[in-house]
Amino acid sequence: MRKTSLDAVYELAKRDKRVVFIGSDLGIGTLKQFKAEMPERFFMEGVSEAHLVTMAAGLALEGKVVYINTIATFLTRRCFEQVCLDLSLHHTNVRLIGSGGGVVYAPLGPTHEAIEDIAIFRTLPRMTIVAPCDAEEMKRLMPQTLDWDGPMYIRLGKGGDAVVSRPELGFQIGKALLVRDGTDALIVTTGITLQPALAAAAQLGQKGIQAGVLHMHTVKPFDTEALITQAARVPAILSIEEHTVIGGLGSAVAETLAEANFITPKRFKRIGIPDVFPDKYGSQATLLARYGITAEGAAAEICRLLGR
Amino acid sequence: MTATPSALKPPPVNTVKLDERSLALRRQIVRTIERGGRGHVGSAFCLVEMLRVLYDDVLRYDATNPRWPERDRFVLSKGHGCLALYVLLAEKGFFPEAELWKFCKPDGMLGGHPEFGKIPGVEASTGSLGHGLSFSVGFALNAKIEGAKHRVFTICSDGESNEGSVWEAALSAAKHRLSNLTVLVDYNKQQSYSTTYEVLDLDPFADKWRAFGWAVEEVDGHDVAALRAAVGRAPFCADKPTAIICHTIKGKGVPFVENNLNWHHKNKVTEDEVKSLLAALEGDR
Repeated sequence: MRKTSLDAVYELAKRDKRVVFIGSDLGIGTLKQFKAEMPERFFMEGVSEAHLVTMAAGLALEGKVVYINTIATFLTRRCFEQVCLDLSLHHTNVRLIGSGGGVVYAPLGPTHEAIEDIAIFRTLPRMTIVAPCDAEEMKRLMPQTLDWDGPMYIRLGKGGDAVVSRPELGFQIGKALLVRDGTDALIVTTGITLQPALAAAAQLGQKGIQAGVLHMHTVKPFDTEALITQAARVPAILSIEEHTVIGGLGSAVAETLAEANFITPKRFKRIGIPDVFPDKYGSQATLLARYGITAEGAAAEICRLLGR
Repeated sequence: MTATPSALKPPPVNTVKLDERSLALRRQIVRTIERGGRGHVGSAFCLVEMLRVLYDDVLRYDATNPRWPERDRFVLSKGHGCLALYVLLAEKGFFPEAELWKFCKPDGMLGGHPEFGKIPGVEASTGSLGHGLSFSVGFALNAKIEGAKHRVFTICSDGESNEGSVWEAALSAAKHRLSNLTVLVDYNKQQSYSTTYEVLDLDPFADKWRAFGWAVEEVDGHDVAALRAAVGRAPFCADKPTAIICHTIKGKGVPFVENNLNWHHKNKVTEDEVKSLLAALEGDR
């Protein structure tokens, strides 16, 4: 997903002179071709994320469209003030490409696990947050980032994620995708959790439960209309995210459902990382399993919500 | 390990006599504070000569077209000194003087820190310290990419230089050999709590900038002729950014404000205080 995303930045830069790339201290050879062909718009600025976010704001105020890539935690935790004031307040066209969204860096521990990145940035006016589910969806997203108005955070998955998105559904920033229809329950996803959600829906189908899957690749602006439309049709709603249950997708769903004031009561549950720092190493998959962010976890919660 | 040796170093004695223009600008700052009832008084007074030299003699701008692409960019990274900037911007015609009288009022555009997008002539919102120099690096870098001739000027403060991001930006500017970037560092040796020597000693301050790859000169920050000459000489080196360390007196111009930290920020300025400030700024008249 990261390669797809950065390759797209290179392609965008080739056709639009406004495009600038800034990395912190990325792996050797990153965007080698970009650097060779357009050195004046390629910057590897060192482990000084606070500075490079504001420098990007300066470039953007001069008309550039700036793509920054580094590890997600450093962009979200370390640079919050720079992102808030220099990107959001100044309404700049800077795209933050955060590597290792969620628990991708499980072996590296809590300093590198971006489990509250969405929550942090959801609080910022003018910020757009997109978490594609796979490389194909990333491919569809990137061309749309060029002329998008205002700052954007693009959350990257691990890479090599199973492709579950479908081109025929299209892609539009800010518009949720109904990936599977269902009348008994609705599973709401963002990022790579579309994958376990679809598997859960398939498992539930075998039990005669028809679960719909609504993919919120864009968590902000949140497509409340799509959620309310789909939620209105079902008695139970489940959100599933690779993120703390506080402030992210689950919170956005909960806020929307609470204010929708459905006449018929709904049952609702959030699956995500509970209010803890992950305390184990292993892999992304083992940590996701630890917190029930799996197809089995989702299917079981839907059954509980439906009393089945 | 003993206390910082320079902790007891007294602030330098200022010998520059302010001319009528400098006094008049300070009086206008006081009148603005009078309407707003508050403000960073000392922090604004020590910037007056730097700002008047920039706006009178150095910066290229068109007040009727503040986004003129060929303008020089100026960022007041020390955003809390904004009263001095507002007075100059109003005088130069970026906005009507009447805006000054709405300082910090609900219907005004001038707040306690300058805001981009609201105030013509303000290139970046500052207030949280340690951002302005990085903005300026971005502006200067863009000029370099585009082969544009305009220059970028920034005023940072000494207390602000406690922020690590200032030094990240300093490294970056030197890396990119941004000779189109000039920083005036307001070195009044005072910060909110106490002297810079006591809070977080910066000395040898000029040497630090040199070590970070900048061409550096030191100047009396209230000596208009010296400032004009120093800024006029910039860039000091064809492949380095320029830093001018401006030795200033916090609150310069009013004896009871000078080096008096009670005047760093006032959230209530009384009528009597306004009278005393204006009286002290009457000069020889």
